[in-house]
Amino acid sequence: MDLWFTEKHTDDVDFTIKVRKQLYSGKSYYQEIDVFDTYEFGRVLVLDGFIMLTEKDEYIYHEMVTAVPMAVEPDIKKVLVIGAGDGGTVRELTRYEGIEKIDMVEIDEQVVKICKEYLPQTACRFDDPRVSLYFEDGLKFVRRKQNEYDLIIVDSTDPFGPGEGLFTKEFYGNCYKALTDRGILINQHESTYYDSYVDMVKRTHKRIGASFPVCMVYQAHIPTYPSGHWLFGFASKNLHPVYDLKADRWNALGIKTKYYNTELHKGCFALPNDVLEILSQD
Amino acid sequence: MTSRQESAPLYEALKKHMKNRVVRLDVPGHKGGRMNKELKAFLGEQCMACDVNSMKNLDNLCHPVSVIKEAESLAAEAFGADHAFFMVGGTTSAVQAMVFTACKAGDKIIMPRNVHRSAINALVVCGAVPVYIDPGTNKQLGIPMGMSVADVEKAVRENPDAKAILVNNPTYYGICSNIKEIVRIAHDHGMLALADEAHGTHLYFGEGLPCSAMAAGCDMAAVSIHKTGGSLTQSSLLLCRDTVSEGYVRQIINLTQTTSGSYLLMVSLDLARKNLAANGKELFAKSVAYSDYAREEINKIGGYYAFGRELENGDDFFAFDSTKLSVHTRAMGLAGVEVYDILRDDYDIQIEFGDIGNILAIVSAGDRELEIERFISSLSEIKRLYSKDPTGLFDHEYIDPLVEMSPQQAFYSEKKPMWINESAGQICGEFVMCYPPGIPILAPGERITKEIISYIDYCKEKGCLLTGTEDLEINYINVVV
Repeated sequence: MDLWFTEKHTDDVDFTIKVRKQLYSGKSYYQEIDVFDTYEFGRVLVLDGFIMLTEKDEYIYHEMVTAVPMAVEPDIKKVLVIGAGDGGTVRELTRYEGIEKIDMVEIDEQVVKICKEYLPQTACRFDDPRVSLYFEDGLKFVRRKQNEYDLIIVDSTDPFGPGEGLFTKEFYGNCYKALTDRGILINQHESTYYDSYVDMVKRTHKRIGASFPVCMVYQAHIPTYPSGHWLFGFASKNLHPVYDLKADRWNALGIKTKYYNTELHKGCFALPNDVLEILSQD
Repeated sequence: MTSRQESAPLYEALKKHMKNRVVRLDVPGHKGGRMNKELKAFLGEQCMACDVNSMKNLDNLCHPVSVIKEAESLAAEAFGADHAFFMVGGTTSAVQAMVFTACKAGDKIIMPRNVHRSAINALVVCGAVPVYIDPGTNKQLGIPMGMSVADVEKAVRENPDAKAILVNNPTYYGICSNIKEIVRIAHDHGMLALADEAHGTHLYFGEGLPCSAMAAGCDMAAVSIHKTGGSLTQSSLLLCRDTVSEGYVRQIINLTQTTSGSYLLMVSLDLARKNLAANGKELFAKSVAYSDYAREEINKIGGYYAFGRELENGDDFFAFDSTKLSVHTRAMGLAGVEVYDILRDDYDIQIEFGDIGNILAIVSAGDRELEIERFISSLSEIKRLYSKDPTGLFDHEYIDPLVEMSPQQAFYSEKKPMWINESAGQICGEFVMCYPPGIPILAPGERITKEIISYIDYCKEKGCLLTGTEDLEINYINVVV
């Protein structure tokens, strides 16, 4: 018997992978949650039919949302992670000994529970003493904070589900308020390859730019996301992601990464012309 | 819920009708959308197929004998009325039907001045004369309250020949008068008690909310099911007790109502009533919970004041409708209409209205946590980015008018246009209002004062949408010659 999982990348494009076994299928208050064991990608977490991560390529995403800000500001002490129920972002952050506190706010407790059970590769550092988990709406959590975090990582789902509030102008403004003067905001910024997300990328970039003086976009190659070409946002009050890169200090930490290195760091902010054109449009 | 309320006669008849595949050689000419394919693609096939004309098996709104009659009788039962009329011309048409039923030309009607324009429009049409009761004003918020019982008693004493008393239940801001006592006064003096419940559908189903008009013993009530009850925009109910003749009310309604009542609107009333009867209690408990939560969070932001039941005073603020989410913004140095504009332009949030010192958001069980959190977070951002010194901002929404002439007499008098800033001292021949909320700043027959002119200027400057005058730019005003 052949069992295949298909994610619709667009109405006319499917992405299909062969499944060894379905490990979990359930519905939380917020979304449908599925975990598959696959031949090519190992275990795969799917929310509302969209792949969130696979064991084979999750390192790219998780290194890129953590190492990039840590190499610009190695003195980051307090981090807020929004979303990220799979635990991959927290796993990467706990590798930095200088970080003193990691607050993670995930709206859906069920996702964390399922990931702890079925995705130990990512959901492995929730018990680090520096980590506190809050199960509530990220928009609400961050609204109450002021001048408190050095880094906020928005590791959200797509803007058309429970993560919708994390793509709004008020959210980015609230993040600005919650960050310290040297604070950095990193967000999952979707992709421009398929038309259906172009408007969202444009609007998100504009909304972040309305709050942050430094607002840049960088890219990575993530094979299991639509088109494989993925964007991230880097915003800050005064730190430039490339000019302020502290490559020596980051390299001195001796953190072993599979995708990220400080040369790639400089390059990932150089974007293709089609992306630049979209980002510069009103 | 009684089992009767589980049925929806008009809905069931429409469903059956669509299965019959009747040849459509009648109006509407779009024939289920085949004539206007783009519209069909946009609105959906089902919507176009349901857009039918009255016919034997679907009854006739102007003279209901079968399924519309049954649906209206179920609505009457659900709302505790003796009769209910499905209205397809908005609650405006229901308010007008109440006034026309109670008053003939020259008859007096007692009403608060902060009524919706539809009530004064009715006076222009039928020639009834208003006896205005000035609503109390909350000094801090600057908004008009309800009517005090003492003022109603005084008006009744001075005008024993008045035919009816009209009550807002509640006002747009959610403020209720002591309606039971006002009904008692009206009935003791042989007057009808009428209620404008454009913002009051939920009072019939929610728990812990102010008293509904029918429960208070009103003779007629205009209930905007589309505002908070879940039916389509423009559909409404007129509720009556046996103290008015059902047949006469229908004749009055038919004077101005369309003979092509929309089945989309009517079926939406039928299903909204069914839903409210079955689930109204939980649905409105959810709206109250959302609004209470938002009030608490908004008040924590500081600067804003989301007011609630703490302002109840047993008199002109007799009861507060906690589903309403009104927020006072003036202390932040921002006019309500400025916050309203920022919310829409910068945060993609459309609220109901912003006036001089307040905003109003309509919250219902159709909202989710996301909408509520976005609203609160945006207000927090607006405070961070835009708050300023409030000195110099107007502090009230309402100026007591000087009534010199009946609305009809003024509206139909010989009039001339005059530059509005030079019109002080003249008698106004038309309406001027911000819309929403649609409460007239000036109504026909009222004396224009310098204070009113500066208020109108201020509304313009702050970006309120002013309406009512013949001159769409509101530079000229028609005054009685």
